[in-house]
Amino acid sequence: MSTYLTKRLLYMLVILFAASLLIFCLYALTPGDFITGNIKLTAERKAELREIYGLNKPVLERYGLWMKDAFHGNFGYSLAQQKPVLQLFSDYIWNSFLLAAVSTFLTWVIAVIVGVISAYKQYSWFDTLVMVAIFAAMSLPSFFIGLFLIKILAVDLKWLPPGGMITTGSNATGLAYLKEVVRHMTLPVVVMVLLGLGSLTRYFRSNMIDVLQQDYIRTARAKGLKERKVLFTHALRNALLPAITLVGFELPALFGGSLIIEQIFNWPGIGQLYMKSFGLRDYPLLMGFTMFIAILTVIGTLLSDILYRVADPRVRL
Amino acid sequence: MKEIMKIDGLSTVFFTDEGKVRAVDDISFRVREGETVCIVGESGCGKSVTAMSIMGLVEEPGGKVSGGSIDFLGEDLLRLDKNSLRAIRGHEIAMIFQEPMSSLNPVIKIGEQIMEPLIVHQKMKKKAARQRAVELISQVGISRAEQIADSYPHELSGGMLQRIMIAIAISCSPKLLIADEPTTALDVTIQAQILDMLREFKESSGMSMMLITHDLGVVAEMADYVIVMYSGKIVEEGEVVQLFQNPKHPYTRGLLKSKPVMGQRQDELYSIPGQVPNPLELASSCYFHDRCEHCMPVCRTRHPGLKEVGGGQKAACWLYEEAEVHV
Repeated sequence: MSTYLTKRLLYMLVILFAASLLIFCLYALTPGDFITGNIKLTAERKAELREIYGLNKPVLERYGLWMKDAFHGNFGYSLAQQKPVLQLFSDYIWNSFLLAAVSTFLTWVIAVIVGVISAYKQYSWFDTLVMVAIFAAMSLPSFFIGLFLIKILAVDLKWLPPGGMITTGSNATGLAYLKEVVRHMTLPVVVMVLLGLGSLTRYFRSNMIDVLQQDYIRTARAKGLKERKVLFTHALRNALLPAITLVGFELPALFGGSLIIEQIFNWPGIGQLYMKSFGLRDYPLLMGFTMFIAILTVIGTLLSDILYRVADPRVRL
Repeated sequence: MKEIMKIDGLSTVFFTDEGKVRAVDDISFRVREGETVCIVGESGCGKSVTAMSIMGLVEEPGGKVSGGSIDFLGEDLLRLDKNSLRAIRGHEIAMIFQEPMSSLNPVIKIGEQIMEPLIVHQKMKKKAARQRAVELISQVGISRAEQIADSYPHELSGGMLQRIMIAIAISCSPKLLIADEPTTALDVTIQAQILDMLREFKESSGMSMMLITHDLGVVAEMADYVIVMYSGKIVEEGEVVQLFQNPKHPYTRGLLKSKPVMGQRQDELYSIPGQVPNPLELASSCYFHDRCEHCMPVCRTRHPGLKEVGGGQKAACWLYEEAEVHV
């Protein structure tokens, strides 16, 4: 196990090094930079600014400087926001995390329950209904569902606020603040759950159908166990095992924010910051963010491998 | 001897895309106390489905028991409610399966899998059940029982897993043990050990056994009474010695003839010509007629009933019907 871990950690470093080079070069070699787009600046001023920001140095040298800073815990300085990238992350990321954590949790819980029931009652009216609903939800684009729900629930019925994280001008604290945030996050969470639910439910349904046909399920029934025990002790554990791979992918998603949802609901998350920075060609922030996601992805994969080891006795690392 | 199970007119059908398949078609037999009944036949003749029907494990909507009764100690298993049936399953009727490798849950420890029926049926506490599980493991001839109880199925060999399956099956001292090809997946030396073990348990506990197999060697070794099935029907049944010495039905004869005999090496083993009929295309006829060397006109049009043919044997064949029935 420990030799495996050392090996994996070494691989991780190599992968991250390659990723950083790729990320830096892609952004650095893209034509134009933060200064190009600013029409108010004269050519001399632009050259002066490039000199100050170090944008006129060769790409590899800039990469070296970037890496050196990164090793000292400095992931760059946002040109547009005039703040360190890391500070911006900590300002925005938790808002994104809140949305993602709540909706991911709800999505998984609902998907497991609905998937298990659908599989157990395969081809029943419930199963058919679920399958139709899932295809409908999966076929609709997020911006459509988002805007549609805003129109119905926020604009027409005025049940929920249409966007933002707190009411404009509000300075509520404590419980009142919490209530306000919950009200504001309801719509985006609903949309995110609706969008994520389809594929995950189908995934658990088909896993569960596979497992229910296994010989050991027949053995469990032949022992005279209650159907509930057969389903949840014998079948579900085996059906959940392959989902561990997905847990690894969820980690970057938890912190990565959602570009479209945050845009639609004007949620002050990292996804919106990212979109804004794109328009401004704020490359230090974009590079820092992409690198951050790369790190989370690598950690997520390692995490899922370790989880497999814990959950499945057949897996030896 | 007392009868513990009497099956009468049992039929089980499966619904496939091509149509309805009668996997088991109106069969009747009984199992007496302390007796070993062997059901023999080729793959797909309905042996396993018979066992699954008794256990109530034929699953809808794929298939269902469509008729008949299974009288077990005075209760009709087909008419019991789910809970009462579950109380019998694994308790008074236990079953072991063909594939020990896949019959145990891969993510649950062996010990816990043995404990489950003890906890459910014997209402044992966890600690007592665990102790009993360890005893059972050593009882089925596995050393280091404690250690085995804490291991997972993939760490054991097929033979050991089948012993574990036997341990689970006998854990609640069942009155009837159904063994569905218990040795087919194992190699020959292990087969003999498993069969010996089953026979020992049967003799010491007085339980009855229903052994499903296609191996006539196993039948000769184990059976008191033999039932030969073909295409979902019983074609012949009788005491084992009678049936081996004096087979009546051409199919049984064919089966016995195709068994290799020690010391009589042949260039080519006998095999029954033709193939098992497609279960979807069974018409009113003897299902064996197109493979039978004694085929008569009547065999193609009407199905023969199971009739006494002397010596306690029964056969379903027009060769033994009264002359007047012939049309």
